[in-house]
Amino acid sequence: MTKINFLEQKAQWIRRRTLELHKFAPETRIASSLSPVEVLTTLYYGGFIKFDASNPLWEQRDRVIISKGHGSISLYPILADLGFFSVCELERIGQEGSFLGGIPDPVIPGYETVNGSLGHGPGVAAGMAIGLRAKNNPAKVFVLVGDGELYEGAVWEALMFSGHHRLNNLILIIDANKACMLDFCKNVIDYHPLKEKLESFRWRVAEVDGHSVAQLYDLFSTITTTTTPITTTDAAAATARPLAIIAHTIKGKGVPRLECDPLSHIKTLAASEVDALINSVQSGQIELTEK
Amino acid sequence: MGVPAIMRDAVLQDLFLQMQKDDKIFFLSADLGGPKLDQIREKFPDRFINVGIAEQNLINVAAGLALEGYKVFAYAIATFLTMRCYEQIRVHLSILAQLRSLNVTMIGLGIGMSYDVAGPSHHCFEDLSIMRTLPGIKICSPADSLCAQSFVTWALNYPGVKYLRLDGKPHSLVYSVDENIPAGFDFEKGFCELKRGHKSVIVSTGVLTHRALNSATAVATARDDIGVIDIYSFDPDFDALFETIDTYAHVITLEEGFIGVGGVDSMIANLLCDHQSMKKFTRLGIKKEFLFDCGGREYLHKKSGINEDEIRYHFD
Repeated sequence: MTKINFLEQKAQWIRRRTLELHKFAPETRIASSLSPVEVLTTLYYGGFIKFDASNPLWEQRDRVIISKGHGSISLYPILADLGFFSVCELERIGQEGSFLGGIPDPVIPGYETVNGSLGHGPGVAAGMAIGLRAKNNPAKVFVLVGDGELYEGAVWEALMFSGHHRLNNLILIIDANKACMLDFCKNVIDYHPLKEKLESFRWRVAEVDGHSVAQLYDLFSTITTTTTPITTTDAAAATARPLAIIAHTIKGKGVPRLECDPLSHIKTLAASEVDALINSVQSGQIELTEK
Repeated sequence: MGVPAIMRDAVLQDLFLQMQKDDKIFFLSADLGGPKLDQIREKFPDRFINVGIAEQNLINVAAGLALEGYKVFAYAIATFLTMRCYEQIRVHLSILAQLRSLNVTMIGLGIGMSYDVAGPSHHCFEDLSIMRTLPGIKICSPADSLCAQSFVTWALNYPGVKYLRLDGKPHSLVYSVDENIPAGFDFEKGFCELKRGHKSVIVSTGVLTHRALNSATAVATARDDIGVIDIYSFDPDFDALFETIDTYAHVITLEEGFIGVGGVDSMIANLLCDHQSMKKFTRLGIKKEFLFDCGGREYLHKKSGINEDEIRYHFD
């Protein structure tokens, strides 16, 4: 099995586990959590994130900030599978005493920051990136935001800051699933062209099909960082930039009735519907990770 | 006592010295300066960051640096530091600090009517009550430079989130090691009975402690029976505070902030209530409306009823 085949199958499996979690806890945001499945799967299983599951705050770990917290239920099965916590915890999601809530917080091993209020991740990530650079720690900081989240002004304060300070150990991944809660983004406030905006803020920008494991794998493979601190007089400074990845995704990916629904954010799937989706995947009727 | 000094200068001078000894200190400013800040900017260009006029990012970057183990000072105009980015403070300096050790000290400059002629956008009457509302944030409200400066040293070794609310004008000292703080400031206890009385006691904070002392000790009307308690950190040791207050028959709270909404008056009212005390209680401060009158601080205080004559009027 090639690496790409492995990751594709893993992503399918994560998508099924995510749907199961939604069945256990229908209050979870399923559509938002299905769009970043390939991104998260490729990052964690593709070897692009340094981590120690038995020591989640290991100093040399790459920092992963999940700014779109509500839309990362799909990270729960990944973290459990990789040993951050027991897989038995997954079934207890949303139940009394469980640390797996509808919106993840750092009580969950593997989560770094408080999530749920949008727009904070990029600034905190920038602070961590500056701190790592000051420590000569070569770890990278990944931050996952939604495209609807880009409406928050604090995001742009952080983007300006990170570009100016040439934080090339910072990687922003935009899960561009094209919708926020009440409508498609283009109908709410159309901020495109996004790539040019980010570039004008001194970011390096890559666009990718966020459901293509192969494209994500190739892109993540190109990420390099320097361990040398960058100063304004350094020749390397002129080219050092943080990296923004616009991952074009589909909100509710894998659930046909959610995929084209501008209100998918607030849609809940009935248990029977989830079972049918999972069964159809298992029997090969629907290819959940089809491109 | 002494030559009037600006708290900010004392704090920044001390921080400059501390930064020479401790390379884990970062100083972030939301484009706010100060004469004593220049030496920090010049000497520590890698650990001084001007984040620009961007308080939300100031707090988030501070949180990120603190997560990486740095001791971070985040400096801005008090009104904007506490209110522009209250949600950032709530999420990443209060909620997160319950789970992770975050050594962050927010330094807000210009509380109360420090920016007197600047008007209501700059008047800061809410910071104390809204910051007291958030769990896990230690607040220092110094009456003089000595207290403010001492807090910096204490804050460096306190592995949690702090808010230092600084007055913007020069003031003389009310504290001296010889007279009232032989063992130094105790930021866990948080208060000092600066003047012992037995009838009424004024409980105040920040620079209004000067006003309280003047009201109680001015030569013409000196009253031995009026006590003065300065609250310099929040929340103070309530048991000890009640024990002191309980020796008086009448408590007058005095603050340069809105009254009835969580400041000093509310704190003392709660304390009296918790002890089922029926003591006479008077609250003096800014009633809940903004002040558009242009004028200096004395003028605004008179308009608000926190001038000396008004305070003395309430003495029993």
